[in-house]
Amino acid sequence: MSKIIRLNEIDDTARRRVGGKSLVLAQMAQAGFLVPETVCVTTDVYNAYLELTGLREKIMLELYRKDMGEMRWEEVWDAATRIRSLLVNTPIPAPLHGDLQAYIETPFKDTPTVVRSSAIDEDSARASFAGLHESIVNVVGTQAIIDAVRRVWASLWSDAAILYRNEIGLDAQKSAMAVIIQAMIAGECSGVAFSRNPNDESQSVIEAVYGLNQGLVDGQIEPDRWILDRRSKKIIAHTPAHRNGCMAPQTGQVVLAPLSEALKAKPPLADAGVAMVMDAAYRLEALFHGPQDVEWTLKGEQLYLLQARPITTTFSDDPMDKRAWYLSLHRSFDNLKTLRKKIEEELIPEMIRVAARLADQSLEVLDNTALAEEIKRRQQINMHWANIYWSEFIPFAHGIRLFGQVYNDTMRPDNPYEFVDLLGQTQMESLTRNRLLEDLAALVRGNAALREQLANRDFPPPGDAFMTQVAGFIERFGDLSCPVTGATSCSQGPEALIKIVLEMAAHAPARLGATVSGKREALRSQFFDCFTSDDRAWAEELLDLARASYQLRDDDNIHLGRIEAQKMAAEQQGQQRIQAAEASEKDSPGIQALCDVLLEAAPADTPPPDTPQPAAQRQRPNGFTLKARQLTGQPAGPGVSQGRARVIIADADLAEFKHGEVLVCDAVDPNMTFVVPLAAGIIERRGGMLIHGAIIAREYGLACVTGVPDATRLIKTGDPLTVDGYLGIVTIG
Amino acid sequence: METKEELKVRLRDLFGTQGLAVLATQYTGAPYASLVAYVGTDDLKEIFFATPRTTRKYRNMAADPRVALLINSSRNKPSDFHEAIAVTVTGIAEDVQSPVPDPVLKRYLGRHPYLKDFIEAPSTALMRVRVDCYYMVKNFQKVMELRIDQ
Repeated sequence: MSKIIRLNEIDDTARRRVGGKSLVLAQMAQAGFLVPETVCVTTDVYNAYLELTGLREKIMLELYRKDMGEMRWEEVWDAATRIRSLLVNTPIPAPLHGDLQAYIETPFKDTPTVVRSSAIDEDSARASFAGLHESIVNVVGTQAIIDAVRRVWASLWSDAAILYRNEIGLDAQKSAMAVIIQAMIAGECSGVAFSRNPNDESQSVIEAVYGLNQGLVDGQIEPDRWILDRRSKKIIAHTPAHRNGCMAPQTGQVVLAPLSEALKAKPPLADAGVAMVMDAAYRLEALFHGPQDVEWTLKGEQLYLLQARPITTTFSDDPMDKRAWYLSLHRSFDNLKTLRKKIEEELIPEMIRVAARLADQSLEVLDNTALAEEIKRRQQINMHWANIYWSEFIPFAHGIRLFGQVYNDTMRPDNPYEFVDLLGQTQMESLTRNRLLEDLAALVRGNAALREQLANRDFPPPGDAFMTQVAGFIERFGDLSCPVTGATSCSQGPEALIKIVLEMAAHAPARLGATVSGKREALRSQFFDCFTSDDRAWAEELLDLARASYQLRDDDNIHLGRIEAQKMAAEQQGQQRIQAAEASEKDSPGIQALCDVLLEAAPADTPPPDTPQPAAQRQRPNGFTLKARQLTGQPAGPGVSQGRARVIIADADLAEFKHGEVLVCDAVDPNMTFVVPLAAGIIERRGGMLIHGAIIAREYGLACVTGVPDATRLIKTGDPLTVDGYLGIVTIG
Repeated sequence: METKEELKVRLRDLFGTQGLAVLATQYTGAPYASLVAYVGTDDLKEIFFATPRTTRKYRNMAADPRVALLINSSRNKPSDFHEAIAVTVTGIAEDVQSPVPDPVLKRYLGRHPYLKDFIEAPSTALMRVRVDCYYMVKNFQKVMELRIDQ
């Protein structure tokens, strides 16, 4: 049986080889609907590729590095990036390549095509993978088509697809993907039709745009929208779009093109067109025995059907369906640019203003009732910014990922994380803080008398030059006693800070990874050289965006920390007043108000349920002792290092950090990374190449392993550790 | 995180599915490996296997009873790399002199009935390994250590 087949050769028995999308296209064509010239690259080809190249087990090793349930989405993204890189960098072996060439050349020699996924699990009524796998539009030439086939295969292993398959219980080992190669029809207008409105069973919906329907599917172009009555088939409503562009094919890609004034004023479909599209959708509903979601394009008088799938529940109908969230982690370049402007020009300056305003406000002058109000207000302000952190800052991190994907597709490097070398050493707040700390350490290092004085806790008076510098540091970054930038409420004094400074002063200063910068320049020019002059500006803009995204990933926590510090300061003031209140005052409305507002705040400060319980596993009932010998995570900072563990469970553990220790923690926050210049390595429970621990480790050239499940439970302070940041392995003992 | 009990269940499962282990011994520093048919006890504290007393491995154990056994679930397929579990057992071996206690013999022959003649031969020794520690490797490189308190 042929590995690559035409639509007229497909019947129901071929489903496992061609995938649902191809089968539907074949059934449409066989029922007389107009479908573009199509061939299907069956799953046999995909499987043969994996077997011949040995990629199957490499993919499984990536996915089974850890139990799936222990992987966070950021780690899944990392795994997906490595898998994508494997597929993009591994050519199709000669005999298989020859087969593909022969089948593709005849129908599509010079024809622009669309290369689409048709995974075997896709578009069954049970699971809808809409949007999770890739389609590549306007691919011309046999080799380009074959490369596109590999990219579509790779999308079987996108982070969103892996997460979604896992969630609905599909076995990754059985996943396979067929690929559709379809002649691209450059229709005058295109769109989608729902034979039944997912939100109202009595209606049908059509959406249409000028040009190709890429823009509509991506949400980039607003469509005209018609609602029809399903029974009478009459148009009930037409909502015209603000028509300002269309997607058009242009040299191997699809671009946003302007519309003429005449077209802007006219809906893309006339009423007769609406009727024609709807008629096709109803006939498809009859053919497939259920409501259909149809993609179509109109060229001249001819209506082409591009794909159809059963209408499953919409995202919003099913609260358990997290597909929308997975998809929302991927943002377009334009979307990210807008987000960056908002973050840099509005949100960050506003955060700085808010923190400064709060810091200026004297809490001492407030009476108890007013202080209670102020605490409440600060809690709300803090909550507001924490929400913005999730809704705006976290999605902006996709800027790094987008650049990574473009870099990997362009450069095809052996190391899929080479692109990170282009992002580092921006002016991160955490690095500025660490430089100021090092300045303090240098003062102590050069002054034996001061060093001894500090070691004896005999601090110089406030006017002293060193203490003035300490005060300046505390004003900007807090006294480091609690892991929140700007906070001083955990200890109320410079002891923690001075402890760290003394420890730093006892050793040579840590250096930022200096070797990287020469390499960075070389990589940069190699990358830009791959672009023609037109695209180069875009590539530069993309790198700039990625660098901003990388920097913000650290800075946002520090800005947020400063606001949180002000909330904590007010809460602490409240607590002190409650404690200081005489028995007779306890029932006063002011003290009651403070008790109420602080009680409400309490749950937010209770540790989340997965907060580590130290060393529980080391107890010895039943005559057995369980101990971790070697733990695996993600390699996140290259290098091998050894040192004793310093496990951070409580805030105070940070101040105890000693030079040469390995920082072991649940989740590194930029507000905690002031100890990193002292560290020999970093181990973090939370996983990913682009999380804070990994970012700062790379800046200092430290070995780092992230995504080590239960790191803070299985490792205890003082354990001798070896951190292998090349392989992602931590050896204990 | 895997608990002690889960780890024990995995070990018992492995004992149930894998009848053969690689035994490592040494003699004056020279290492030696052999394949043995073993059976483990439910409390995981002992492992038994049989060997002729004329063998190199027996001589080695007589000189130095410290041994390691490797038991694994690989199936000689590429998927072993992400699916297989390997367990290294360390402990002290001793010859269970005749008469071998009935329950032990029963247990051994229940697992390896075709070795009846072999085990009953006067020149065969049934060896008991008092387990010191299990090192379980899964997910390619994750190693957990289950030590039996002595």
